[in-house]
Amino acid sequence: MATTTEPTNTASRGGGAPPSRDLRMGRERPLGGFELWAWLFMRISGLLLLILAVGHVLIMHLPGGGVSRIDFGFVATRWESPFWQTWDWMLLSLALIHGINGLRNITLDHVERTGVRFAANMFFYVLGFMLFVLGTIIVVTFDPSKWPGAV
Amino acid sequence: MAIRASKRKSDYGSVYRGHPGQWSWLFHRVTGVAIILFLFAHVVDTAVIGWGPEAYNRVLEAYENPFVRFLELGLVAAVLYHSLNGIKITLIDFFPRLVRHIKAISIATLLLFLGSMIPITLIMGKQVLDLWNA
Repeated sequence: MATTTEPTNTASRGGGAPPSRDLRMGRERPLGGFELWAWLFMRISGLLLLILAVGHVLIMHLPGGGVSRIDFGFVATRWESPFWQTWDWMLLSLALIHGINGLRNITLDHVERTGVRFAANMFFYVLGFMLFVLGTIIVVTFDPSKWPGAV
Repeated sequence: MAIRASKRKSDYGSVYRGHPGQWSWLFHRVTGVAIILFLFAHVVDTAVIGWGPEAYNRVLEAYENPFVRFLELGLVAAVLYHSLNGIKITLIDFFPRLVRHIKAISIATLLLFLGSMIPITLIMGKQVLDLWNA
């Protein structure tokens, strides 16, 4: 019978129970448009944040007694280097967008009333934009020479 | 009533019917929310440096106590878990055939997380104790 060949084929591939159609096609993903770009952004920024964010927390918390060594002088010296300025600014931008899009995904799953969801998301977008502007101004314009003798 | 009955918890299980993926999904969300909430505060506390050494160092004093320092261990754990689990998700999504090995990949992710948390907990735990005794 023709139907008996199908389970034999799937069993020979992996053994055990034949994988369902869903599993072989992988997890669901957006079909296109904004949601597909958001989906892709989460994964690519996630890979970058593995370095930027994990690196940041490990550098700050592990060596030299951890965050106790951090003060005005520590940050002033650190931001003299364009490398760390770039690192911190990329961390700021990517983490804010990644985190706020994550919150948006959570409101899509758990906030069913569209008005409440819209209000919650607008609150996060505005807050995120303000923090992005604040953080960017500080990282770019910070000048410790305004406080002589502090470093 | 029929519609209501079809939405009973038993029909869906608790999201994934007790599959381990349910827990990594939950932890991913919880750690993600914790990290973004901390980030909101952290951007502001760091921005205070623009108001000079006196203001900035005063803000940092708030972090200088054992309880906050213990919470920071949780923050590091959250960032590490969210990152490693995120890599797992990305791998599976970009290479759907890996779904066959989901169990091995999940165990490897968890071992990598727990393994790296051992030295981190020792180092940061000592910092908490030092502050406690200070």
